[in-house]
Amino acid sequence: MNFDITVEIRGVDGVADPEGRTIERALGSLGFGGASQVHVGKTITFALVADDATVAKATATQMCERLLANPVIERYEITVTLRP
Amino acid sequence: MTARIAIISFPGSNCEYDVAEALGALGAECTIVFHDATELGGVDGVVIPGGFAHGDYLRCGAIARFSPIMSAVTDFANAGGAVLGICNGFQVLTEAGLLPGALQRNAGLRFLCEPAVLEVASSNSNLTAKCARGDRVVLPINHGEGNYYCDAATLAELEENDQVVLRYLHNPNGSVSNIAGVSNRRGNVVGLMPHPERAAAALATSTDGRVLLDSFLSWALTNAASPTMIGA
Repeated sequence: MNFDITVEIRGVDGVADPEGRTIERALGSLGFGGASQVHVGKTITFALVADDATVAKATATQMCERLLANPVIERYEITVTLRP
Repeated sequence: MTARIAIISFPGSNCEYDVAEALGALGAECTIVFHDATELGGVDGVVIPGGFAHGDYLRCGAIARFSPIMSAVTDFANAGGAVLGICNGFQVLTEAGLLPGALQRNAGLRFLCEPAVLEVASSNSNLTAKCARGDRVVLPINHGEGNYYCDAATLAELEENDQVVLRYLHNPNGSVSNIAGVSNRRGNVVGLMPHPERAAAALATSTDGRVLLDSFLSWALTNAASPTMIGA
């Protein structure tokens, strides 16, 4: 089966996110004062062939643990979608 | 005795010849070892130099740590051999799990290129064995992602085991506890963001890097990696 995988990576709580803070200030100075808790992360997308969605998620998790994220400073969320 | 040092070169490393020059001037015999090699070749110490290994893609050091040569570096480190990571090399060592913590984007978001005043926080490391706690050295920093981070539990452990090697006198990048360099528990693996090799020649504004590099060479000669443990 063919899956689309999306991995969203963000800093763990407690790690400073200076980029997010800077964007938050910029939004404020443009008049968007209502915006808060701005965080910047990254998104990695790829196609994956796997037996089923559970296997696909487990494989993507291994990829995150070994390479895609650094657990010291980052957490990740994986979304698995079956390709139509 | 002449210390034989392997300097690791990844695609994107750019300080390997500066390190070779500085260590050579102190009497070491240096060999540049490429990322795709699988053996270090009977050396007394290993330096992972600065640069932008593999373009710093994904995270600094994240791709480099899986280079073939890193298995040999890990075995050498685990056997007690002297390993020094400078700047990008420090990032590679944290990604490889040979040093605790991680380096993230500078707090001010700016790439920093300036001299930094550092205080020796421990002399229990290959880099600072010839220094005394409290000694001050001036070394250049040259990084965009030198903001050292570790959680509170790790920091307490680092301090308890005397693993904080160097601290900034004036924190330039947001590093936790002003940390500029750390070691592993045995002190045989050290990483730091500042560049001692750029403060070693008479032409440079500071020559404070010499005592650190000299310390590394002496340490490497007197604390040989135990061959029985290599590859074990």
